[in-house]
Amino acid sequence: MSWAAVDTAQVEGEKGRRLEARRILYLLGLVMLMLSAVRWFTDASDLTSSGTYSAALRLGVPILLAGLGGLYAERTGVVNIGLEGMMILGTWFGAWGGVEFGAWWGVVLGILGGAMGGLVHAVATVSFGVNQIVSGVAVNILAAGVTRFLSVIAFTGHGGGATQSPQVTSNLPNLTVPVLAGGKPFGWQSPDLLGWFERQHWFLVSDIAALFRGFMAELSILTVITLLLVPATYFFLWRTRLGLRMRSAGENPVAAESLGVPVYTMKYLGVVISGALAGLAGAFLVLEAAGIYREGQTGGRGFIGLAAMIFGNWRPTGVAAAAGLFGYADALNLRSAQAVHALLLFVAIALLGLAVWYLIRGRISAGVLAGAIGVLVFVWYAVTEDVPRQFIFITPYVATLLVLAVASQRLRPPAADGLPYRRGQQTS
Amino acid sequence: MDEQAPAVELKAITKTFPGVVANDDVNLTVVPGEIHAVVGENGAGKSTLMKILYGMIRPDGGTISVKGREVHFRSPKDAIASGIGMVHQHFMLATNLTVLENVVLGSEPTHGGVLDFDAARERIRDLSKTYGVPLDPDRLVEDLAVGERQRVEILKVLYRGARILILDEPTAVLVPQEVEELFRNLEDLKDRGVTIIFISHKLDEVLEIADSITVIRAGNTVATVKPQGVTARQLAELMVGSELPTPETRESTVTDEVMLSVRQMGVRVGERWTLQDVTFDIRRGEIVGIAGVEGNGQRELVDAIMGMRPPQQGSIHLGGEDITLWSSRRRREAGIGYVPEDRHLRGLLLPSPLWENAMLGKQTMPPFSSGPWIDRRGAHQRTVEVIREYHVATPGPDTPALALSGGNQQKLIVGREMIAEPKVLIAAQPTRGIDVGAQAAVWEHIRGARAAGLALLLISADLEELIGLSDTLYVILRGALVAKLDPATVTPEELGSYMTGAREAASR
Amino acid sequence: MNIRIKVALLWLLVPVSAIVMALGVSSLVLIIIGENPLSAFRSMVSYGTQPNSLASMVNRAVPLYVAGLAVAIGFKMNLFNIGVEGQYRLAALLSAAAGAAVSLPAPLHIAFIMLVAMAVGASWAGIAGVLRVKRGVHEVVSTIMLNFIATGLGAYLLANYLRKPRLPNELIIQTRRIPPSGALPNLAVVGGEDLRSFLVIAIAVGIAVYVLIWRTRFGYDLRATGINPEAARASGVDPNRMIVRTMLISGAIAGLIGMSDLLGFFHAYTLDFPTGLGFDGIAVALVGLNHPAGIAIAALLFGWVDRAAQILDLEGIPKEVIIITKGVIILSVVVAYEVVRRIVQAQQIKAAAEATRRLEAKKEAVAA
Repeated sequence: MSWAAVDTAQVEGEKGRRLEARRILYLLGLVMLMLSAVRWFTDASDLTSSGTYSAALRLGVPILLAGLGGLYAERTGVVNIGLEGMMILGTWFGAWGGVEFGAWWGVVLGILGGAMGGLVHAVATVSFGVNQIVSGVAVNILAAGVTRFLSVIAFTGHGGGATQSPQVTSNLPNLTVPVLAGGKPFGWQSPDLLGWFERQHWFLVSDIAALFRGFMAELSILTVITLLLVPATYFFLWRTRLGLRMRSAGENPVAAESLGVPVYTMKYLGVVISGALAGLAGAFLVLEAAGIYREGQTGGRGFIGLAAMIFGNWRPTGVAAAAGLFGYADALNLRSAQAVHALLLFVAIALLGLAVWYLIRGRISAGVLAGAIGVLVFVWYAVTEDVPRQFIFITPYVATLLVLAVASQRLRPPAADGLPYRRGQQTS
Repeated sequence: MDEQAPAVELKAITKTFPGVVANDDVNLTVVPGEIHAVVGENGAGKSTLMKILYGMIRPDGGTISVKGREVHFRSPKDAIASGIGMVHQHFMLATNLTVLENVVLGSEPTHGGVLDFDAARERIRDLSKTYGVPLDPDRLVEDLAVGERQRVEILKVLYRGARILILDEPTAVLVPQEVEELFRNLEDLKDRGVTIIFISHKLDEVLEIADSITVIRAGNTVATVKPQGVTARQLAELMVGSELPTPETRESTVTDEVMLSVRQMGVRVGERWTLQDVTFDIRRGEIVGIAGVEGNGQRELVDAIMGMRPPQQGSIHLGGEDITLWSSRRRREAGIGYVPEDRHLRGLLLPSPLWENAMLGKQTMPPFSSGPWIDRRGAHQRTVEVIREYHVATPGPDTPALALSGGNQQKLIVGREMIAEPKVLIAAQPTRGIDVGAQAAVWEHIRGARAAGLALLLISADLEELIGLSDTLYVILRGALVAKLDPATVTPEELGSYMTGAREAASR
Repeated sequence: MNIRIKVALLWLLVPVSAIVMALGVSSLVLIIIGENPLSAFRSMVSYGTQPNSLASMVNRAVPLYVAGLAVAIGFKMNLFNIGVEGQYRLAALLSAAAGAAVSLPAPLHIAFIMLVAMAVGASWAGIAGVLRVKRGVHEVVSTIMLNFIATGLGAYLLANYLRKPRLPNELIIQTRRIPPSGALPNLAVVGGEDLRSFLVIAIAVGIAVYVLIWRTRFGYDLRATGINPEAARASGVDPNRMIVRTMLISGAIAGLIGMSDLLGFFHAYTLDFPTGLGFDGIAVALVGLNHPAGIAIAALLFGWVDRAAQILDLEGIPKEVIIITKGVIILSVVVAYEVVRRIVQAQQIKAAAEATRRLEAKKEAVAA
């Protein structure tokens, strides 16, 4: 191989990466366009209102945290099905800490609670070699049991009960960007430019304004922290020594061990961090979203977080995008039945577009399938006035299934993900 | 430290494992800045010796000296600290990481925890240029060809300051051009004062590249020679200890009836054709051998014949019937037997008792099952037969398979396949890991089965086995059959050169 | 000592160590909250060994047992059907509605209801199986999603299509009542507690599962796939067909989980129908080490613990401490299993080498 070839290879690699980023931007633009059109046509303003985007952000945070948690664990090679249980621990300790000591303590204790769950999972899988899925399921069961018991001890008779805590007031700071979104720096009420644009209901312009405003108004500090965690995770895992060692444990632990990397320690680190993030997600749910601990409030978000991680191809930005998607589905869910109904139209159009794309590419069976489903969804939209309440409830779960079904094939998980590793094992 | 002292000197090294003497009073002296080859057959003791030199095993007796000073290695870390680096035969690379990440892992340059990419890149480029090992640090290892990946392994050890390189069978997975590039790299390294120990069993390569050659046989150092003064044939004799095996003259049992017929078989993995246009027949009473360096399509060929990987092109016929689209199970039931290459991975249920292992592959047929039910009694009886006829050393048919030694496990597998009297037997490395006596017994069984009409496809790295058993010998290289040879008259040079692509066959 | 006896004793360590750990941790927790563990345990034992408690234990254990069987079939193949919860609830709803809509002679009516339940459970699990085979979706996540979807779908169907027309005073939403020909009588009345007869069917299912897994070709393929999927493939097993078939069977058995309660007590599906049995079934399967006999013991254990703990409330001790006990049992079992497995394998290797040496020596002596 000549030196000239070496240099062109590097340049090509960079070009490839830039192309992919541009592709994603195009796709995003297309989606905004379609949403805008559907909103304008159906008059379901909630489809693209800043309130919805705000809610999407708020509902996406726990999923994003869970997804990042899953990412840390799987990047070191350990599958963490117990994220849900660790999140449950986060909700309980977040509530209890919030009630007893204050909101910030709730956050800290929530994180610690989740981390403890992570530690249990790590000990079982890394040191004892228990099957990773079995251990995760056991952690989920244990977490549910422990929190129920603790609720009985701590909450009954103190304003709560076996399945819920007393009200938790959260005095965590909220941020709103001034000028653009009507923030109040030093008590002065600044103009709300984006809000003004949004209220004009202009095609596309208003929708984009709403999107930006949703990300700038009433942001909890925890949300900001979570969003910062995305680039921070990238930097940590891809740009630091410790991050490289952690990733090596998930790619080729035997090679890493042979070079002196303490693989067991790396896995412990990944799993405990994963638990801590899930705990933070739980604390967020209680302190920011609900204001109370309730049994079952995690509602499968730990697993949806895993789906976000898979859909995000085990990369932080991908996880963030996927979490945003799920958050949006959740937000529509809560805000407006009309918007959910309008979403049907969007899905129908998207499917029909996809069908055309497939057919052009020559993939007949996929195209026909997409087209058929698209027609069915359109008929459903046209024939009904609204979507039944129970169906709205299941939207995020159906979305998860669909996302996984579509995406699971062309992905690149860490090479040794999920594989058991015992120190001293040789490659075959 | 004496400048004229040998770079490495192993004196009177002895190492015994339970039941076998791996190294018996072995001596090895390597002059600084030379390429020193260590040759010997499989099991001759070369790998044990190198593991000792690299600190992975401690010798029972003898001394190791590096640059004139005696050393005691407790682990590879000590060896690395002494400037010794090992490039393993099976690469230890994380394919999803870049070259840079693989090279610096464990010894990363940092600014307070943050990776100093610039420093790493600069050092790698320096090393690359200095030692003539061109590599782009930012490419994913997955995108590299095998020869380039080997260079990453070399860079890994150079990065840690190695001045003495041990290469373990480095050309085992390379194609001819990559071998040439590797040799050029080694010459460059030598010019810069690096000492290289080159372990191989490929005599033509060794003669080409080495400055001196040590031959090891059965745990002893047999000779140390200079390549100028010896021919490949003489080296081979030193290695094997006598004349090369000549297949015994016997009456041919090959009939005219074609049992297995493979036509224009092609298998594509991603963009690459791992098998191309493979065509051959196996007749009743015939053993067809396929020789070749590991990784040239043998695995894909076996998978395609067994029905585990559908070929993109071509067809397979069993005794006249087209079985190309048949399921794996159907092929088994039709009488195709299989001795897999990796017995732990594909041949055994380790925690299960022997009688359940004897069923593997035949669980839908008598005597192991009748109707939907498993016939335990029949399974036990058959297992006892296999144990008896193939001399599997075990307390009984209920012993779990993991409790058997590797050799006995292999005997069980061979026995269970052959006792079922298959029409066609696909055997990949059937005597790997068996002691010599058992190996001979298995060969006897194979010969007996052949005389009774078995058609056998033999894929092996053991040249003695191939030459001794085959009626027809093919050579596979890069997914294609490049030669059809007569085992009775082929020479090792001829066989070796076909296996490495040095000479293309004009005809099949 | 005979190696078989040694191995059996070693395996016994698993449940023993689990119970010891559980008792220890529970005692600790009780002490921390200021209670006396010994008196708690004493109360539980005296309450729990009364005849009516034992009958209640069996009643609780039966659905747990079926759930454990459903889960274990998958676990034996490294297929994690966590969707048992949704499968059984949807099956109970639809089979209750179907059962109320027909009228058949008694044994047929019951069989009909059971068949509908099995079909629904199998189909719901089958979705996850197909997704895994065709699209590579891991069944853990997909079955959990399907659980939630089953809840929503079931609620929708119950509210809109399957509900019994409401009488003025009725508050509960439920399906129409199953006529008496679709009801299972009680086996006996023990100390005032009805012993439900689905017990017999559950035992039959357990035996059937044992036979299926250890005595049939299908079972051999299933176990081989769980032990070494590569070797199983090389031996002719089609992994995709195995996955789908196993999910279907697992789902079918899951469908039966609610039958004891439906046919023996509720006779209609209401929103009060017992929930959580699916997850308890996972626990029971893990503790029972995926073997029908072990699962039976685990189910009885959990059933007894649940019943006996009722007395604790009367003593002012939160009965939820039991949940911690159960959780510790589960975790201890899975950890102890790994540890013991490795010890057992080492012992087996040693014993076989020794026995072989003796055999070879004997042979040589004979030959000499």
